[in-house]
Amino acid sequence: MGPYLPSLAGGVLIGLSAVMLLLLNGRIAGVSGLVAGLGRRPDRRWLADLAFVAGLILGPPAFAALSGHWPEMRIVASLPVLALAGLLVGFGTRLGSGCTSGHGVCGLARLSPRSIVAVLTFLASGVVTVFLARGLLG
Amino acid sequence: MRPAAQILTALAAGLTFGLGLALSGMLDPARVRGFLDVTGAWDPSLAFVLAGAVSVSALGYAVSRRLRAPAFESRFAIPSGRRIDRPLVLGAVLFGAGWGLSGFCPGPAVAALSTGLVPVAVFVAAMLAGMALHRLATRPSGLGSAPTSAPAR
Repeated sequence: MGPYLPSLAGGVLIGLSAVMLLLLNGRIAGVSGLVAGLGRRPDRRWLADLAFVAGLILGPPAFAALSGHWPEMRIVASLPVLALAGLLVGFGTRLGSGCTSGHGVCGLARLSPRSIVAVLTFLASGVVTVFLARGLLG
Repeated sequence: MRPAAQILTALAAGLTFGLGLALSGMLDPARVRGFLDVTGAWDPSLAFVLAGAVSVSALGYAVSRRLRAPAFESRFAIPSGRRIDRPLVLGAVLFGAGWGLSGFCPGPAVAALSTGLVPVAVFVAAMLAGMALHRLATRPSGLGSAPTSAPAR
């Protein structure tokens, strides 16, 4: 079945998660926004956001328990590059008001013009970065 | 508004999201970089993650337009802005660069904390620092000088 079916099925689960959060809690499933929001003064939504992040972290062990193996993870970048990348992702997702989940999964689904521009921009930027990194780092 | 129901919903939604990421292949930074490597050995399979997620999510939005309110909250909190401005584009450029360098975006990185791998913790710590930096830079009285790229709020 190749890698396509698990990818599609995983995507469907991510979509279901977004639908649950939207129809039950009225919220957008945007991970960068939810995580950054945990740094604010706790309000009535704070515990729910914390619960989402806790559930997210429990996802991979739950997958391992169900499937009998951990999901494959091959981290190629060095620690300094990961630190630089983390800074860029953290600052960039706040400045741009979202990441792959908020702009990608939720924003594209409601055809938000801001999200369409954001997704095309971060995809293009990612493609160019990988191209340049391959040329420079081999 | 029902706080306990909201917390349980959020926990279940987070768990479903994390399971989906683990199943989809998005937790593997090498595969994410393969997806972005369109001029090299391109691996298009992760496009199916986005396709599946957006399709299901779109059904949810279609249903939400027919509802007056979500089940456990008094109203929907959906961003309504439509303006394409410089912070949006610049932020997406910076995010895309970090995504391409590492193969991590926020959801998979946070989910992968449960693996206990040091590189994941380094990335997430730096990501939180980047978020805090943005918060400082855009605070009205932050850092003593006017931010250069802060959106008007």
